[in-house]
Amino acid sequence: MLTLWHSLPGEGLEDLPQIVGLSLAVSGGATVLAAVLGVLFAAWLAFTRFAGRRAVVVGLNALLGLPPVVVGLVLYLLLSRQGPLGALGLLFTPGAMVVAQATLATPIVAALAHRVLEANWERFGRALAASGAGRWRSVRPLLGMSRRALLTAVLAGFGRTVSEVGAVLVVGGNIAGHTRTMTTAIALETSKGNLDLALGLGFVLIGISVTVSATVVLLGEARS
Amino acid sequence: MILRVVLALAMMAGVARAESITLASTTSVDNSGLMAVILPVFTKATGIEVRVLAQGTGQALATAARGDADLALVHDPEAEAKFMAEGHGTTKREIAWNDFLFVGPKGDPAKIAGTRDAIAALKAVAAAKVPFVSRGDASGTNALELRLWKAAGIVPKGADWYRDIGGGMGAALNAAAAMDAVTITDRGTWLSFRNRRELVEQVAGDAALINRYDVIELKPNGQAPEKLAAAKKFADWLCAPEGQAAIGAYVLEGQKLFNPSAK
Repeated sequence: MLTLWHSLPGEGLEDLPQIVGLSLAVSGGATVLAAVLGVLFAAWLAFTRFAGRRAVVVGLNALLGLPPVVVGLVLYLLLSRQGPLGALGLLFTPGAMVVAQATLATPIVAALAHRVLEANWERFGRALAASGAGRWRSVRPLLGMSRRALLTAVLAGFGRTVSEVGAVLVVGGNIAGHTRTMTTAIALETSKGNLDLALGLGFVLIGISVTVSATVVLLGEARS
Repeated sequence: MILRVVLALAMMAGVARAESITLASTTSVDNSGLMAVILPVFTKATGIEVRVLAQGTGQALATAARGDADLALVHDPEAEAKFMAEGHGTTKREIAWNDFLFVGPKGDPAKIAGTRDAIAALKAVAAAKVPFVSRGDASGTNALELRLWKAAGIVPKGADWYRDIGGGMGAALNAAAAMDAVTITDRGTWLSFRNRRELVEQVAGDAALINRYDVIELKPNGQAPEKLAAAKKFADWLCAPEGQAAIGAYVLEGQKLFNPSAK
């Protein structure tokens, strides 16, 4: 780690708090969005029955492998000033990065959440229904008993967002002081040949990611 | 819920719309550290923040043509001429120049060290089958390299010593350093590059290796008029004595990286 602080005078490092802050804000925002959308979708998918439901589940799981750079490219074309959503002026802003990462994380949260919610619905749904709770009145207790697994699903989503570089690079543009995150900064420093600094930033990123996940898990354990 | 999110995002974008412009630039002016040195001077004088979107020249011009940037700063005469001919730009002005150079391993397997003739050097590289790294990304540097091969009458594509890495200048230098290859780089990126290993300067000084940087003002294509007005202010500043002095004052390891040359 010493080399990180010795390798370069000034450039890059004085921006570190801001870069870390933006990384956390973008990935955190995207994870919250993905958690809400993902769990809602998973609950709907687990507690309702309709024709073609199986196909939706298969499709959802297939989206686990969504390539970030393709998501970035499609969003780029949508958000570009000449694209259908160009009027929003979102391209090359943190907002676009949140949307991109939420797009990547939502299927992960949804697929993992669906798995546990469906299992718990099959195990306890009938009992809950027999105790007089209607289908939708059963949702809250089912979500409650699935809490830990849902937390893991959300953390998996967070892991996807905080480590991803392809999508934020395309829709964010890695603009210094504006859309530069930890991952795009690492890619940039590598391209400048500042391998010590890039590696140091990498360790900082791992440290942050591990700390966030551990904190969330510990808070979850403490509450249950 | 979704509506609220869209609103929040639009607000974030709105905040970003305050006095700032987006500059689609070639990577070298940013990665070399030039922008980090001159932009604070401009921002202090005018209050306009310049957001640098560092891309290869090909991508930067594409971004500018789509209206996703307010100004372009690039270095590929042929691509720029096409860009202007297609009506995407209004004015094009040269702001600075430096040069391209060949770098290669200290051992000099192509026997080109110290020579000045770029085309002869490429012929020597091809004859000796020395690994050669190409950007392969439609950047200004890549375009120059391809023009030189053409002038040398050699089609390197497909040869096993010709490594098209499809990446930025830094990625190409990292690759060349790792595989003891020859590559062509702009001087700004080379001087600020920190992972040279065995790479040294080998060929420089050919008139064909001059590297000119132009600032191009854009025809409106969806950008707010005040953005384009602010972009014009920056373009004017780059060409004015203050901007030219700021460019000329950037020195690394005792070498001037960019020679101001606005007319």
